[in-house]
Amino acid sequence: MADPILNISGVTKIYGRTVANDAVDFQVETGQIHAVLGENGAGKSTLMKVIYGVVKPDAGTVSWQGETVDIASPAEARRLGIGMVFQHFSLFETLTVTENISLAVEGSKAELTARIRSASERFGLEVEPDARVHALTVGERQRIEILRCILQEPKLIILDEPTSVLPPQGIAKLFETLKTLAAEGIAVVFISHKLDEIRALCDTATIMRGGRVVGVVNPAEETSKSLTQMMIGQEIAEFGTRAPATASREILRVEGLDHVPEDPYAPRLSGLELSLRSGEILGIAGVSGNGQGALMRVLAGEIPTPPDTVILQGEAIGATGPEARRRKGLHFIPEERLGRGAVPGHSLAENVGLTTFHSGLLSSGFLNLRKRRARAAETIEKMDVRCSGPDAAAQSLSGGNLQKFIVSREMALSPQVLIAEQPTWGVDVGAAAAIRQRLLDLRAQGVAVLIVSEELEELMEICDRIQVMFRGRLSPAVAAGQTDIDHIGLAMAGDFDELEATHG
Amino acid sequence: MDVLIFMVSGTLAAATALIFAAMGELVAEKSGMLNLGIEGMMATGAAMGFVAATVSGSYTVGFLAAAVLGALLSAVFAVLTLVFRANQTASGLAIGILGLGLSSAIGKKFESMTLPGVPDLPLGPLAQIPVIGPMFFQLDVMVYLSIVLVFATWYMLNRTRLGLTIRAVGESPENAHALGLPVLWIRAGCVAFGGAMAGIGGAYMSTAYTPLWAEGMIAGRGWIVVALTVFGTWMVPRVAFGAYLFGSISLLELSIQALGVNVPSQLMSALPYLVTIFMLALISRNTLFIRLNSPASLGATFRL
Repeated sequence: MADPILNISGVTKIYGRTVANDAVDFQVETGQIHAVLGENGAGKSTLMKVIYGVVKPDAGTVSWQGETVDIASPAEARRLGIGMVFQHFSLFETLTVTENISLAVEGSKAELTARIRSASERFGLEVEPDARVHALTVGERQRIEILRCILQEPKLIILDEPTSVLPPQGIAKLFETLKTLAAEGIAVVFISHKLDEIRALCDTATIMRGGRVVGVVNPAEETSKSLTQMMIGQEIAEFGTRAPATASREILRVEGLDHVPEDPYAPRLSGLELSLRSGEILGIAGVSGNGQGALMRVLAGEIPTPPDTVILQGEAIGATGPEARRRKGLHFIPEERLGRGAVPGHSLAENVGLTTFHSGLLSSGFLNLRKRRARAAETIEKMDVRCSGPDAAAQSLSGGNLQKFIVSREMALSPQVLIAEQPTWGVDVGAAAAIRQRLLDLRAQGVAVLIVSEELEELMEICDRIQVMFRGRLSPAVAAGQTDIDHIGLAMAGDFDELEATHG
Repeated sequence: MDVLIFMVSGTLAAATALIFAAMGELVAEKSGMLNLGIEGMMATGAAMGFVAATVSGSYTVGFLAAAVLGALLSAVFAVLTLVFRANQTASGLAIGILGLGLSSAIGKKFESMTLPGVPDLPLGPLAQIPVIGPMFFQLDVMVYLSIVLVFATWYMLNRTRLGLTIRAVGESPENAHALGLPVLWIRAGCVAFGGAMAGIGGAYMSTAYTPLWAEGMIAGRGWIVVALTVFGTWMVPRVAFGAYLFGSISLLELSIQALGVNVPSQLMSALPYLVTIFMLALISRNTLFIRLNSPASLGATFRL
């Protein structure tokens, strides 16, 4: 075994009462693609921040190429030869590709343009040097981030959840690039929670749970199941067999919906059509930023549209506001939990009251606080939300727990239509499974469920029909059983024809 | 013809104070720093410039002193907002009021005194060209410098590495920090430059445009500067256009009064402010354009 280029031993980092990293050991070798696997909150990000000089560890040593170092800042990390590609890109939207790269890499413009071209050819990272970043797709932006990293000639590159923003074809391409990098002697650290990817790509995986390293394995020799078990410490319940869709009557219909967003960078919605039936789950797939956000706001009633573009049970509600829609049985779970789904500084009891006050919590116009508290306690109990009780502030809950709380709150109102935007995003595996199970339960009760998600596997698993969104357009619906990830993936890149063909 | 010569040369002179202050504020805002204390910094510069020039007998000393004091005032703003992370809007307003008070303290003993004014500097043979000469080439040196400043600011922001860095910091200080750019130093430098330019702009008012010191003589020009940068959508040519528009209309006011036309003087005094803001608001309606040029982090506190 070669000497590791990066050797971390006994790193501990404590935030308040939370131990984010507990005596973590971590070694990376040159030319290796090394996965760091773990749930949200397992300590992956903290460890990476230590390596990249963003966070100073409370204890432990970091040695780089055999020497103990103190990485005090990202600039220092880069000087040592450590590069990082962030999950949320650190690009400047108003600048061109070359300008973005030149901020981090020395050299004249002409020289740089030439280097960009040659590196993008060598690693299969196509970019247009003079394009402005705001006009580029997420995949293109990621290529720029990686290029910018490579041009600094690092010896180690950290990629934080790089595949979460890519369509399936883009992932295959990214893997080629990473393999080329490793072959050139660069160490690659690949953070992910998607097991198939790790098994296909990585030589070694370090698995973290609750701030500790619980195993270092060769992922090719493991099964997804064994990796999951190490990652969450228990087996997750399999889904119960679900009855075939009993879809009967149409509940929600969107017809000829156009919308020009105020943000000039956001895509315009044009000619959207969808039909949601009772007792089914309809999934909207697509890379985020293709107009899903605006569609959700339209459906929730936050953006008013001409009345007859949104029809709920035969009633034109396009111009009706969110509260009125809620009274008609249409409930919405937004992507942003803090700020849109819940008020961060308010207690859970107050947050329950926000959407449920008209369902028996009012007496002669006044809120019945005792009832509200009881309702909150019920909401917490039904979804097993981990918190200190109805008085806990919404912002004190972890993302997954808060999401469970919001889902539980909306479900208690016995919705006829439930619209959920990225319901399991950033939620740990156990909570995600619980949320999916609840959505399936609703479906069994005859509720019409609409889900927007970037996770194709999730959509394929729980949806009856899937539509794909691309640049403000919506593909026709296909039955989930009659298509596969590849065809959905093509549609996510804009090719709707293939998808329609599978539907036949 | 004389009227035209008067209008053009007069506009250039009337706009000079605004050009200096606006280019400074533009650079500061491009780095994400909304300095609302410009009015106070211009007033302080006007008082300091007048006093220093009177005492030393040198206009150069006057402008230098004004620039240094303007930069010092803005350094206070920088320390408040960058080190102590105070709210930019509130801090800017406070510093602005401090500047107004400082100006009257500095100028107290010099109230209503006058100076001969910065002399004109005919530019050799260029000044001899008929019509064009008197319009453009028989003005004082600060007018020429202000025009140079417009081109220099444009070149610096759009063609140099420094400009690229400033724009990057203004769009996203978080990303800039992640790349290892010295965000706080860049912002502090831009703010100090803005303060110095505001000081020079103020000093131009009191030593050249109307060479006297009177409290309140900046008369809202600092606020016009802030409006110019915003309605000029942070583009150097538009901001300069706004400044010259303001200059020409304020000149019109003088001409109309001289002609004896009976228009309420309060209305005439308000006219340059109204027309400038209206015109700039009219040309700045393209949202994509605004988004591309506006510093996205403007006014936001940067936390590491």
